[in-house]
This record gives sequence, structure tokens and C-alpha cells, in this order.
Amino acid sequence: MFGYILRRLVSTIPVMFIVALIVFLMLRLTPSDPAAIIAGDNADAQQVEMIRQQLGLDKPIFVQLFVWLKSILSGDLGESFFFKKTVTSLIADRIEPTLALAAFTLVIAVSVAVPLGVFAAMRRGSLLDRLVMGFSVMGFSVPAFVIGYALIYIFAIKLQWLPVQGYSRIANGIEPWVRSLVLPSLTLAVIYIALIARMTRTSLLEVLGEDYIRTAYSRGLTPLQVLTRHALPNAAVPIVTVIGLGVALLIGGVVVTESVFAIPGIGRLTVDAVLARDYPTIQAIILLFSFVYVMINLIIDVSYTLLDPRIRY
Amino acid sequence: MRFRKFALATALGAVVAAAPLATAPASAETVLKAVMHSDVKIIDPIWTTAYISRNVGYMIYDTLFALDAKNDVKPQMVDKVDISADKLTYTMTLRDGLLWHDGQPVTSEDCVQSLKRWSAKDSLGQKIFTGFISEISAPDAKTIVIKLKEPTGLLLFALGKPSSNVPFMMPKRIAETDPGKQISEFIGSGPFVLKRDEWKPGDKIVFTKFDKYKPRSEPASAFAGGKVVKVDRVEWLAIADAQQAVNALSAGEIDYMEQPPHDLLPLIKADANLKTFVSSATGQFTMRPNSLVPPLNNPKIKQALWYALNQEDFLKATVGNAEYYKVCKSYFPCGTPFSTTAGMDGLLTGNAKKAQELLKEAGYDGTPIVLMASTDLPILTNLGPVAKQLMERAGFKVDMQSMDWQTLVARRNKKDPANAGGWNAFNTAWVSADILNPVLTAYMNAACDKALFGWPCDEKLEKLRNDFMKAPDLEAQKKIATEAQVEAIAYTTHIPLGEYSVPVAMRKNIDGVIDAAAPVFWNITKK
Repeated sequence: MFGYILRRLVSTIPVMFIVALIVFLMLRLTPSDPAAIIAGDNADAQQVEMIRQQLGLDKPIFVQLFVWLKSILSGDLGESFFFKKTVTSLIADRIEPTLALAAFTLVIAVSVAVPLGVFAAMRRGSLLDRLVMGFSVMGFSVPAFVIGYALIYIFAIKLQWLPVQGYSRIANGIEPWVRSLVLPSLTLAVIYIALIARMTRTSLLEVLGEDYIRTAYSRGLTPLQVLTRHALPNAAVPIVTVIGLGVALLIGGVVVTESVFAIPGIGRLTVDAVLARDYPTIQAIILLFSFVYVMINLIIDVSYTLLDPRIRY
Repeated sequence: MRFRKFALATALGAVVAAAPLATAPASAETVLKAVMHSDVKIIDPIWTTAYISRNVGYMIYDTLFALDAKNDVKPQMVDKVDISADKLTYTMTLRDGLLWHDGQPVTSEDCVQSLKRWSAKDSLGQKIFTGFISEISAPDAKTIVIKLKEPTGLLLFALGKPSSNVPFMMPKRIAETDPGKQISEFIGSGPFVLKRDEWKPGDKIVFTKFDKYKPRSEPASAFAGGKVVKVDRVEWLAIADAQQAVNALSAGEIDYMEQPPHDLLPLIKADANLKTFVSSATGQFTMRPNSLVPPLNNPKIKQALWYALNQEDFLKATVGNAEYYKVCKSYFPCGTPFSTTAGMDGLLTGNAKKAQELLKEAGYDGTPIVLMASTDLPILTNLGPVAKQLMERAGFKVDMQSMDWQTLVARRNKKDPANAGGWNAFNTAWVSADILNPVLTAYMNAACDKALFGWPCDEKLEKLRNDFMKAPDLEAQKKIATEAQVEAIAYTTHIPLGEYSVPVAMRKNIDGVIDAAAPVFWNITKK
């Protein structure tokens, strides 16, 4: 197992290098000019050129690539073109809201979706099963911003229970922190509830048809005992896979929700950086996301061995 | 049954658990929370011409001179200015008691260095410094002496230039920063202090009242007069979604919104807790043709544009509500000193027939006009389709290429032929403070390669702009400005497509908003 993990960790190096190379080249090949954006509308060609030189964008593309790779290898992700701050500090500032949002969403999604999926599977064909499946289709289909606006209208504007927007850092107190996370987390959770509930139901239905489940019932076990001791552990692998990928998607995919709720997280930083063509920030964020994806995949793979003793690496 | 209860409890739990929690007011400090047109990414207002950086500049820096509500130049940090009889020597004395935010006194050396850095970046500053100023010195801590090679009526206007780049004053050690590099210390002598430790790009930027700021005794008038701060703290929150900003305003989470989109104004008007303020400063929609590449390098084909287009169509499509737009056939904002309709007879009337005749006379061969249309800035989005339709009606073949604004910004600097990655025309908007006269109006710069993208090349127009700088008084300036407009129309440096205003939205407990061409936060009260 240790050897497997080590091999996987080593294999992330070429993966990250290829990602870095693709990101760098794609950004340089897109029609954009950060210097012109920084200079603003009133700037003349001389001003734009002055900024371009200062940012090093006047150098040949492979020189720029070499300089960037060299700085990455020394642990320096560079300085944002715009913010006069290091990219590392920008990301560090934004990581808390994104992680908090992802964690809240995951807790809500798993605690709602798994019971819903289990219930739908146990009561296959019932009204609730159909409702759960109907909700799943809706959850997949309705865009996050629609759900977000609806929740804001009801809970923030009409009932005035929760804030319309913004994020209160945990250092400012637990209560405002929780209040600022409820609506965005619920918004994000809908799609994950739909996804996980559906996967739980499908996976469980498959297991519930197995011979050993019938055997378990014949031994006199209660439905709850059968579910918890035999069915759920055997149905867990695909569910954990979906949840794990959900975490990765949440880390990188909260762009719309963060924008709608004005949460200063990584998603917003990504959008701002892309719109402003802030190359160092975009490159660093994509590298970070790629690393998170690779690590989560590794964790999922390792977790399989815990859930299913038959799986060995 | 147990599953059902569990599911319901979990789904509603998060909302219900958080619902009854109430937030207590933090302190008696008066905090004004605002949402501006953009998040603040760059603070150095000399390094960039971005309007949001200029707006930050007005918070933390001060200027030697400033324009009042009538666009007259008034002393601001300067107490008095003596102009020699030959109008070649300006002796300025700083006001008593001016301090930087670090407590050090403002000196004339600081101001001289600040002007030098500004003039290295700003086009008007460059013209004044390289064309007119022979010497600038600080003979003592409170006196600035500027000696000219020849008289210009624009020196004080330049020192009070209202929009980017504004000649903001900074301490000497900061102003000595290479103009090509961003400053990293943000200390001004303006009415607000930047809370650097609370600046979180993408989240908020915070300013606090500078207690030691010494306002002028005159009442506030645009950028001039007494900058009396009446709140303790101003926070600009980054809310990118306009609908959410309006929701936050409605819920009382923010107090002020700089530029609510026109289509959201009915929501604001319907809310009894909100009000709007319409500034007399306007914006001007503009079409910029590329005078360098075919077919719009042909003056006659460009002339056809003047007949093909009409302002009303653009204004209806972009603004919609006539309360917030006006037809204004002038390069200079209507209602300002140099506004004139000279040279505009019969133009901008949507006369497709006349445009067709001109195209025929010009031998237009149907080469497509590459029209760059930005799609991500709501105020500009509809300009492209309207231009396309009006041009096609007049016989132009139009290849409208939609893109985000930043791509357009990059592409407009390309001099390549339109079918090889270049362009022929695009639409944009200017704020009135940037187009008050022919020298300030960047699109009237017709200095060929040294002009802005579009690269108009017209010796006569350049001579008129230089004459404008030498004009001794307002009457002479008006005459030259009118001639410059007529010449610029004949050449077609650009085409004005009408004026619009975007009101400020605020809660009803906010008062004292100053009518200026950029948002300023002194004089504002929050009850």
C-alpha cells in the first residue's frame, strides 16, 4: 500500500508539469493583453508598452515559460499583475471561504442525500421514491443561480432571516459565519443531493438484489441491520467515488455561487483573474485545482481498500 | 417514517437553525457601505488610467487644483497662485496645515516630485511639461514655482484635471517611484486614509476618516471646495452581480450603489427605502473607426458613417428610459463650455440614402467592416448590434465580431488588416470629465502613430489642439474648440452616439452626495 501511494505521489509530478505547460501556453495563445487592461482606456501605446516591459510580457514566450517554471520550482507562484500581492497570499486569503462553503455544502449534501437515496431504494416504486427521483432530475436541471436567487428572495429579502450576500470570516464569530454560509451552501447542495441520492439509490438497489442480502434476511436480521451491516458497506464504493469527486468539483466549481453571493473565495478569484487576464494568478489557481483533483482521486482510491477488503493495490 | 422525518429535519435544519440568530450593532461608528462599478485591483492612480483607481485616488489623495461644479478651476491644496504679468511664471503657495496620513507635513518638494511622476504618464501632463514648462522648482517648503517657455491657458486646468490620470499629490519618497512601476505605499493627504490591512481584493477595501485633514472653508462643489468627511468609515464591497447589489441595498446591507444598471432602476424606484441621485456628469457613447486600415482609411467611406448612424437608436437600445439619455451632437459634453453643434448639420440622422450615395462615390467595394462588439459590459452590449443594423441599411457590409471587453482592449491595439486579426471599428463610452476639450479628448489626438488605437493622422487637427493649449482665454479656447470639432468631423476621428447618465442608488438615510464627474464620499451623511 505504501509503495502504491508513493508511486501515485511521484506520478503527480509529470501530471503537474503537463498541466503547467498547457495552462501557460493556452493563456499566451489567447487574444489578450494584460498590459493594455492594466493601462486602462486612456492609456496610449507608450504607456501600454511600458507596463508590458515591466511585467516581462515583452520577452519571448519560452523565456517567460522558463522564468515561470524556475520560480515554481523554488516555491514562488509569482506576483499578481494587478493586486501588487503574491499569488500565494491571494490564494491564502481566499481559501477559507471556499473551504468553508465546500465543507458546509458537503455536510448538508451527504446528510440529506444518503438517507434519501437509502429510503428511495428501500421503498422502491413508492411515492417518496418517485419524489426523490423527481427531485434528482430537478437538482441536475435547475442552474445554481436560479436556486440561489429563489432562496435569497425567500429567506433574505422576504423573511429577512439571513444575509443577502457576503461572507463573514470565522474569526469574526461562529454565528455570523454560519449565517453567511447557509444560503450559498443550500444553493450548492441541491445538485450534490441530487447526484448522491441517485447514486446511493442505484448502488443500493444493485446490492439489495444479491443472494447474501436474502441470506441475511433469512437469518432473521431486521431491515435496519441488513442495511447497515451488509447493504450499505457493499454499496459504498460508488457512493464514496461520487462524494469524492463532488469535493473536487466543489473546490473548483463554486464560481457561480460565489459570484451570486459575493463570497470572496477561490471561485471569485478565478473569475476575476480570467477577466483581467492575470496570468500568474490563473496559472497558480489551475495548478492548485489540478493538485487537489489528483490528491482527491488518490484518497478515493485508498479509501476503496478500507471499504472493500477485496480491493488491494 | 423515520427516514421521512430525518430527511425533512436535515433539509430545513440549516435554515431554521440560523434563522433566529440576530446580529447586534457593533458600535456607534458611522460606516458607509458602498458597491462601486468595479472591484479595486490597482490603487496607484498614476500607473493606470482605470476609473476605479482614480476613484480610490479621490479618497486618499488631494490635488493642487480642482474643477468645481461649473468646471471652473479652483485652488485645492494651493492657498493662492500668483501669475506674472507675462503669464510665464506661476507661483503657488500651499495651504497651512496640510499633512500626509503618516503625520508628516506636505511640502512643495513632495508636490513637485508628484507632478513629475504624473507628467511622465499622463498625456496632457506630457504636453504641458514637454511643450510649455521650462522649470519647476520648490524654493521653500510651501512654494511651487512653475516657469513656462510660452503662455498656456491650460496649466491650471491640467493641475486640476478631473479624470485619469488625475495629478494626485504623494510624498516625495513615494512619488520618486519609477512611473512604469506601481507604488507600494499608499499615503496621501486626502480626506480618507486607506486601511491597507483591511484591503482584501475581491472582497472589500476600507477607508477611514483622516482626522487631521484640513478642509477648505468654501462649500464642497464637485472636486473643489471643502472636503468635509461626515462618516467615520467607508467600505467598498466587491459585489460583482448587479442584481445582488440591489438586493443588498434593499435589505440595508449596503448604503450606496454607484452604477445600478438601467434595467434594475424600476426595482429601486419601487422600494420605499431607496432613492437615486442623477449626476449632471454624463457618459458619451462613441464609435471609433480605424483610420489606418481599409476600407475606413478612406475619408469618404468614414463620412458615410455620419449619415448612416443616428443617436436616438443607440440610446434607446442601451439605456431605454429617456430620463437617462439625451441626444447631443457635440464631441464635448452638452452643457459644458466647449459644447457646440458646429459641423453636425445633417449628420447622425440615420440618412441611409445619403450614406449609400457617399459609399458609391467613394467606390466602396463591399469589403466587410470588422466591427468589434463587446458583450460583457451591459452598458455597451447593445451598441454593436444597433451599429451593425444601421450600417447595413446604409450599404455597408458588416462583420460584427462579438468578444469580451478585455479581448477587445487587446485587439484594438493591433494595426493589422481587418481580415488578419485587426479591426475597422468598435463602440465604447467615455465619461464627460475625459472629453471636456479637444486636448483632453483622447480620440481627437490625430498624431498618427502617437495617437490612440485607430491612429487618426491629421496635421490640421493637431495644430488646432496645440493652438488650444496656447489660447489665452476662454473665448479664444471656444473658437479653437469649435474649429477642432469641425475638423475632427471632416476627418472622422470618432463619432459621438449620444449621452447617458447612470444614477447613484442609495438608502434614504444617505444625504449630501456631491454632484461630480467621479464618485466622491466627502460631505455624505448617514443618519
